[in-house]
This record gives sequence, C-alpha cells and structure tokens, in this order.
Amino acid sequence: MPLVKNGTIATDPFVHVPDGAELPADGALLISTARFLDDPETPLRRAGKLGVIWPNNRDVDDLVPWLNRLAAVALVFPSFRDGRAYSQARLLRERHGYDGELRATGQVLRDQFVFMLRAGFDAFEVKKDSDAEAFAVSAKRYSVFYQPTGDGRVTALHRRMQQRHSESAGQ
Amino acid sequence: MTSPLEQKIKITGPSMVTANRTWDGIVIYRTAAKGWSTDLSDAAIVRTADEARALLVESVADDVGAIGPYIAPVEIRDGGRIKPGNLREHIRSQGVTIDLPVPA
Amino acid sequence: MYAYDELDRTLINERVEEFRDQVKRRLSGELTEDEFKMLRLQNGVYLQLHAYMFRVAIPYGTLSSKQLRRLAHVARRYDRGYGHFTTRQNIQFNWIKLAELPDALADLAEVGIHAMQTSGNNTRNVTSDQWAGVAPGEIEDPRIWSELLRQYTTLHPEFSFLPRKFKFAITASAHDRAAIKIHDIGLRLHKNAQGETGFEVLVGGGLGRTPFIGKTIKPYVAGRDLLSYVEAILRVYNQYGRRDNIYKARIKILVHELGIEKFAAEVENEWLAMRDGGLTLDDADIEDVRSRFSYPAYEKLPHMPEELKKAAHDPLFERWRKNSVFTHKVQGYSIVTLSLKPVGGPPGDATADQMDAIADLADKYSFGEIRVGHEQNLALPHVAKRDLPALWKALDKIGVATPNVNLVSDIIACPGLDYCSLANARSIPIAQELTRRFANHDTADLIGRLHINISGCINACGHHHVGHIGILGVEKNGEEFYQITIGGRADENAELGALIGPAVPYGDVADVVEDIVEAYLALRAHPDELFVDTVKRLGVEPFRERVYATR
Repeated sequence: MPLVKNGTIATDPFVHVPDGAELPADGALLISTARFLDDPETPLRRAGKLGVIWPNNRDVDDLVPWLNRLAAVALVFPSFRDGRAYSQARLLRERHGYDGELRATGQVLRDQFVFMLRAGFDAFEVKKDSDAEAFAVSAKRYSVFYQPTGDGRVTALHRRMQQRHSESAGQ
Repeated sequence: MTSPLEQKIKITGPSMVTANRTWDGIVIYRTAAKGWSTDLSDAAIVRTADEARALLVESVADDVGAIGPYIAPVEIRDGGRIKPGNLREHIRSQGVTIDLPVPA
Repeated sequence: MYAYDELDRTLINERVEEFRDQVKRRLSGELTEDEFKMLRLQNGVYLQLHAYMFRVAIPYGTLSSKQLRRLAHVARRYDRGYGHFTTRQNIQFNWIKLAELPDALADLAEVGIHAMQTSGNNTRNVTSDQWAGVAPGEIEDPRIWSELLRQYTTLHPEFSFLPRKFKFAITASAHDRAAIKIHDIGLRLHKNAQGETGFEVLVGGGLGRTPFIGKTIKPYVAGRDLLSYVEAILRVYNQYGRRDNIYKARIKILVHELGIEKFAAEVENEWLAMRDGGLTLDDADIEDVRSRFSYPAYEKLPHMPEELKKAAHDPLFERWRKNSVFTHKVQGYSIVTLSLKPVGGPPGDATADQMDAIADLADKYSFGEIRVGHEQNLALPHVAKRDLPALWKALDKIGVATPNVNLVSDIIACPGLDYCSLANARSIPIAQELTRRFANHDTADLIGRLHINISGCINACGHHHVGHIGILGVEKNGEEFYQITIGGRADENAELGALIGPAVPYGDVADVVEDIVEAYLALRAHPDELFVDTVKRLGVEPFRERVYATR
C-alpha cells in the first residue's frame, strides 16, 4: 500500500507496530490508541518519532494532552463512505492547532483526495497504486472552493470580494 | 450493505438471475452461456438454492458488465415459455404499466 | 434569478470533468460498482428498475427560460422526451445511459445547471417556497439564504460522507409552503425585536419509516451566524449519527435518542467553540449574494386592467383564474401556477415540447423566470394581470391549465413501482384513476382544498404522512395493497396523518377515496370547513365507519 506524502509516493518512515509486539528501540512507530493510552510515556520516551492510530468513533479530545509530543496521528476511514475522520481531522488541525503529520488510513481512494487535503490530511496510505500515482493530478481537480477550512485556500466569496476591491481601487 | 452473496438464498420455484447493464442501465438476464441477454427467454433457469447461488456468484463476478445481480422468480408456461414471476419483474421486462407522456 | 459568475461556472465544469473521469474508470473496470455507487449518487445518478435515473438540481426551485429549454434538450437528446418534477423542486429523467451522462452534464453546465449532491449521504437541494421573492407578506427573499447555504454545502470536505442524506428547507412567510417541519434542518426566516433578520432553526423532521415533525433547537440565530450554526449541527451529526443501520441513520433518530435538549446542548457546545471563525457572514458577504439576484423591472400597473374585465365573462377563463392565479406582492401582477396534473396523466411530468413552450411563455409573460413547487407543479412568478387572458389560452393549448391546483386531483405522487426499485406498489396509476374519478371541476371546487399524497413504499417520497389523505403502497402476498391515512398536513401546523383501517387492494383505492370524500361532504360543518379541519374536529372514526362498513 503506497504512502503519499508531499503530493508524491514516498517511502514510509513509520512502521506499524501491532499490539503485543515489542517496540523497536529506534525508528518512527505507529501504535494503536489502546496501547498508547494504556501507557503513553514509554513509547514517548523513546528517541524515535511516535504516531498514534486513532479510531474514528472516539473523540479526539482524549488525544489532545499529547498532541504536541506526537509526530503523527493516523485517522481511519473503515469505508470511504464513513466520513467521521474528516471532522476529526479538522478539529485536530483547526481547534487544537495540531501541526504534525496527519495521515489518512483505511479505504483511501483517489476520489476523496481533495476532501482529505482540505480537511487537513497531509499523508495518505492509498489503497490502489494507480490512485497513488494519480495523486498530483487528482489534487488539482478543483480550483474553486465555496467554504473555508483550515487549509488556507481562498473561498469563492472572498475571491469575489478581492475582485470587487481591486476593481473599485482601479477606478 | 450486505453483499447478495452473504444473504441466505431461498427460492420458491423456478428462478433466474437478473441485473442492469452497466453502461446504459437496461435490464439483462443471465444466460446459461455465462453471458447476459436483454431477452427473458434467454435466461438460465435454476430450480434449487445451490444452483441459484452458483449462478449468482458468477453473475456478481461480472462487475464491469452488470450492476446489482439478484435472483428473481419466473413462471414457466406450457411449451417452456419463460414469464416474469412477479409484478416487479413484469414491469422490468415489459416497461412501465402506464402510457409514457411521449409515445415511444 | 441568481446569476452564476465565472467562479460558480468553473466549479460546475470541474465537477463535470471529475465525473467524466469517474465514469470512464467505472466502464473500464478500474472502479468497482461498490466504489463507484456513492460517486454516481453524489451526481444524482440512481439505478431504477429498467434504467438509470438522473436527478438534476433546481436550486430553490428557480429556473430561467434558457435553463428550462436546456432541460428540454436533455429530455430529447438523452432520454425519452419528458422529465418529472419532484417533491424537492428537482427534475428527474428516467431513461438516461451512464455512458452519456458526462455529456448531458456538460450540456447542462453551459447554462449553470448541475446535479451535485442530489443524492448520496450528503446535503441535498436547499428547497424553498416556490413563491419566494413575490409572495405578499414575505419578510425578505429566502432564496438569498438558500443560495448562501447552497454554496456553503456544495462539495463541503467535512460533510460529504454523512451517516445519511440531509435535507434543508427555508421559509420566509407565515404560511409555510416549503414544509420546513419535515426536514432535517428547517429554517424560518423572521426578524427579532430589534428588526434584525434571523432564523428559527428546527431539526430532526423527516418522513420515511420513522416520521418525525421537526423540533425547535434554537428560536433565533442571527443571519450572520447561520452558516456557523449549521456547521455545528452537521459536525455533531457527522460524528454521532448512527452508521450501523441505514434505517436509524438520519439526524431525526439522533435527536430522538438524545432528546432535543441534550442535542441542542451538544450543538451549542460545538458552536461556541467556532462561532466567530471564518463562517461568520458579514454584511458585505450577504450583500454580495443579494446583488447577484436580479429582480424584474416591474411596471406601474393598475389593479384591475381592462383585459381582465373583458375576459371575466368567459366562465372557463374565470374558473382557471380563480383556481390557479395568486396575489403578487406588486400591484397589477400575479403568480400563476401551471398544473402538471392533467386528468388521466402521470402527476408532475412535462414533455420536452411543453418545457420549450413554457420557456417561451416565461420570456413573454414572466420576465424569463419559472418556478418549481414541491407539490410538483410549475409557476410563472411575474405575470402582469393584463396578460392573464392571453397566457391562459396559451397554457391551455399545451395542457398545463387544468384548474385543479390545491384540489383533490392535484395529487402528489412518487414514481412508484413503475419506475423505482425501492417501491412495493405502483402509485402513478392510482393517481391517474383518482384524477379521472374527480375530473368534474364543479365537484372538485365543491370539495375544496384537499391534498392527496401517494407513496409507493415506506420511504415516503410522496410525503404521504403529511397528506390530507395519504396513500402508502405495501405488498401483501405478492399483491399491491394500500394503507390510507387522513388528517396529515405539511405546513406550519404540520401533523402526521392517522390510519383509518386495514390496507385495501389496488382495485379498491379509488372507491375508498371517494367514500372518504363523501363522508367529508356529509360531515363538514359548513362548505368553508376544509377536509383537513373536519378530520381534526371529528377524528378518524366517522371516516373509518363509512369506508369499512361494506369492506
């Protein structure tokens, strides 16, 4: 399953460590929420980066106390039709100011890339190779956005305002 | 959404598998030659739950050509003529029961 | 009329190109049906019994003549020459081919029409009162807010995969013609004591398997806070709405399970955290959208023009005028309803030829504008009274002047088992037979306002729960049966109808409705007491007795 980061297929620096398996001494790790909350300090004290895989049916509020110490948060789309992780992503980015890696996992397909980018995801465990290869093209599908999110894209309403101001300024 | 293959298959009489053709949506029937026909008289007839399941499995595998295959009842008339087995299948094979606003 | 600018058009075109690519990948097998289904639904493409069905959005029910002609073109070029107007102010085409859909969408995009989010688990067409902007006594034009909401909800990255569909409706009149109480979010525009525009917000209305009348979550939300408040509701729903059972996934179930107070508290909590963010609308934002709505340059016209006085001697014209013509807020003008319920015809359908003719009449008599109502009729919203006699002749010629608006033969019906794969029973032939039984206009006038709603299954697309007479198709032992309810209403006094007795077979439905009407005529306190009020006064019992005495 290819990882897309910075708009292109990349080697994944993170290793998923299953529950029960020993934590490697170094390297970047992704562990489950259950394991993390059971004992957050041990993995955090390691030298390597730590990421947590957060389920989509749990409030991200519970993760907030550790956000500034996590290198990655992986959210889950059990089916691409289950959109709970979009809300979680926006809350992490916009309400809690999280600026580490925000990874989309689960059934991640090309037709949701734009939504995911706008919600704040910046890394994608993409289900299909062909979708990963098409990431850059898919991400540029839309140039007009009606509603503001934390992604900084200017909304249509504001572009119109800017147009008006520049028109009247030019008169 | 449960796949049709996960559902328990029960048939109450002679049955067939029907679906809609992907590119244009029209009604199609699974044939014995592992294909699809728009003509009900070409439909493969199954009479046991096992036969029905087998026919459904191969139909579902054709995801490119057909959408949503399912098992539907038929009536076999004298001479082996196949007729739709309920009102819904009758409407699917004959079209709407009302006059269209614009004559075809 | 809202004028789409380059940004709006660019978005629609980008959507068309995305869908073209998705269709290509579906037909090549790169996308499975399981992956594709939600994508096609998000572009309004259903699979029905015999073909795909294509549902095109008509935002808040407003069309230009150019757009109506383009719908006629789609009906001719890609379908079978007709379209069906729906209970959510949209239009449906029943015979469309998937392979041709991208081209149909491209043709529609040229005139600013799209099919975004007319299906799927996302936010659907924001419907409004088909008299918006012209009804007397309206606080202000609700379509400005409908358009603000439409833009806000279109391709919203957070809310495109909700637990289930989500429907909005807005009204700005005391008499609710938009049925806001049976919507997931209903908005009643009004002014507070300080004269500021705001909304009473209702949530959790909806029909289907578990019908609910919407409850007020907040009596007043200022206009500038509308989008942020809606976002708070949607975010709570997206996270906590049920996803384990599609029959329990609508927001009405969440509201019911939490209770309105707890639900309101959850929303308030969320809202307080984000209310002063990027979604607050300032006056300039609202003005910008308002400025894009153009209104006719009405003339100063007399209240009673000569043409109308002269035509008054024609009893057929008068009958139509009294039935189908409504008061406009500007003196000398009228709102004209075009009945798409001809005797013996399928309710809500229009042929491509009719659409073209109506577009021409709109140009000539209504400043190029047409409206679509949720009761599946059309309207010409800006007709000068002096033009009514000429307009009537033209409408009559094309078959859209049946003087049955709001009467017993003005039936709202879903497509039913003739078209829909969800249906248990047919609805259109039932409607057709009823229009034949009540074809006599004197009888229909005598009966007065009476809304019959027919649904072919429990999904209630015909809104049978809120019909004065509601008819629900069910299946019993492979046969079509129908449950009959009476006393429902969809307006500001919204109420669900009550069952009168056991389901009756297909062949009996028209007789049963005749019996119900006869009972009403015998029981009403006076000729002005409407059917629905007689039912309220007397209850179901006297009707039940009459209907089931011989059954």
